[in-house]
Amino acid sequence: MLVTLLLISLLAFLAFQIIPADPVTKLLGTDYTPERAAALRHELGLDRNVLVRYLDWLAGFVTGDLGVSYSYGMPVSEVMAGKGAVTASLSVMAWLLVIAISIPLGITLARWQGRRLDRVFVAMNQVFMAIPPFFLGILFTYVFGMVLKLFVPGGFVQPEEGLGGFFGYLFFPALAIALPKAAMVTKLLRSSILNQMGQDYVRTAYSRGNSRWSVIRTHVLRNAVLPVVTFVSMTLADIVAGSIIVEQVFALPGLGRLLLASISNRDYPVVQCIVVIIAAVVVFMNYLADVVTQYIDPRIRLG
Amino acid sequence: MKIEHNKNFTVGAVITCFMLAVILVGMFWTPYDPNAMDGAAKRLAPCLAHPLGTDNFGRDILSRVIEGAGATFLIAAATVAIGLAAGLVIGGLTGWYGGWLDECLMRLNDAVAAFPSILLALVLIALMEPGRSSVILALGVLFVPSFARIVRAEVARQKSLDYVASARLMGAGDVRILLLHILPNIVPVLLPSVAIGFNNAVLAEASMSYLGVGVQPPDASLGRMLNEAQGYLMSAPWYALSAGAAIILLILGFGLLSEGLGGDAGA
Repeated sequence: MLVTLLLISLLAFLAFQIIPADPVTKLLGTDYTPERAAALRHELGLDRNVLVRYLDWLAGFVTGDLGVSYSYGMPVSEVMAGKGAVTASLSVMAWLLVIAISIPLGITLARWQGRRLDRVFVAMNQVFMAIPPFFLGILFTYVFGMVLKLFVPGGFVQPEEGLGGFFGYLFFPALAIALPKAAMVTKLLRSSILNQMGQDYVRTAYSRGNSRWSVIRTHVLRNAVLPVVTFVSMTLADIVAGSIIVEQVFALPGLGRLLLASISNRDYPVVQCIVVIIAAVVVFMNYLADVVTQYIDPRIRLG
Repeated sequence: MKIEHNKNFTVGAVITCFMLAVILVGMFWTPYDPNAMDGAAKRLAPCLAHPLGTDNFGRDILSRVIEGAGATFLIAAATVAIGLAAGLVIGGLTGWYGGWLDECLMRLNDAVAAFPSILLALVLIALMEPGRSSVILALGVLFVPSFARIVRAEVARQKSLDYVASARLMGAGDVRILLLHILPNIVPVLLPSVAIGFNNAVLAEASMSYLGVGVQPPDASLGRMLNEAQGYLMSAPWYALSAGAAIILLILGFGLLSEGLGGDAGA
């Protein structure tokens, strides 16, 4: 896990060294002279060896010093303060919604396999899987924001001004991110349960007089949920990426908007920071998924 | 290779053929010039002359959707082609030879795969000049690991099979075995992943263009159109709906196709 993280941080750092665009040119703008550029480069430490700068940055990162933003002139940690909370809340909310929607729905559909309700939902699932989250966000803005006026498009409430409003404004963005993923998880859970239904132990359970529902509940679910756990934890990476884009749709002041602004300002310390932090979260979640999988099924050993 | 002729495959094939036909026709003919502006016909609701209405510059939305679908399709196809070609070479070599190079490349693969690809593509594109070729290049590079992984696993599995041993006995060299014997055998496994990869590419391109780093105005792309349409959501909702529906049809068609081919679009 640590090796992967180090590799990501190295890649993130090197990417910004290879590209031809120079932050100094962008920062100075019309004031550009070769002398000023050289002075600024020295001030920012850009005239040192790449490897020295990487190690320096990494040491700072580990000790909590995230560097100074080029365009804001403030420490990166201050620029990011509050923004991370928005993105994190949005992602976690979307993730919980995925679980809250797909687990009951997947089980119900498997229980009622072949009935009309099952067939309708399976077809709907297929369509929802094909909808890009940001288009769903635009639809929600129109239907719930403009026609039904449930929220003000482009509006936002900071968490300090009231948690109710804060989570209220995050609900529809979170739903937009969650629905396509929930459709995938529902489908996976349903087919995973139906796969198990053909196993010998299911026939044994039936022969002891269990109903279909109690077979699913007490025997099948434990076995069927394994691949779903792995998949659900892997969707987190997509959900974080989705929130970066959906933040743009709903004009939420999160990391995504900061990232886009920093990219166009060539504010590399901020971009590097966001990239590495998101990567760290994703890698850690994947590790956690392995641990949980092992807890559910002791037959699996961590490699 | 056996194709299961199930409902998924049929519906997917119908949708995909329809979209391909529209795109193909769009290359030679569209009802209007997609970029022609008409000051007298701004934000018209769908009517006989403009079946999907017009946008804020009076451009015909149907023509732009056709043109945009073509642009999105070509970018996605080019992306998958790059990823697949590089993935075949890298996966083939590492799966066949193994060793320390294999270890190194797979480690690098893990690092890239652990990261949300849309996000990484976003950063890569923004560092280059935003535009069509940057999107293709960045997404193509990011698609290499997933293809390389699949190809590597398959090649490693196939190389211990009897037919490879007998091909070698007949004096075939490494390259000949890889290209003529193993490659045809991994195509059935690869095909669903190509369709899934294509869908991810469509989604990624639409996202990039929506965020303004993909196809640049005045050219149409489905994501780009959604970006513009969002500003006129209240007065011209059909604008966003048409572009979004085109994206959904593209993704839905290929998703169903890949499932018909035995893949699982959900996993």
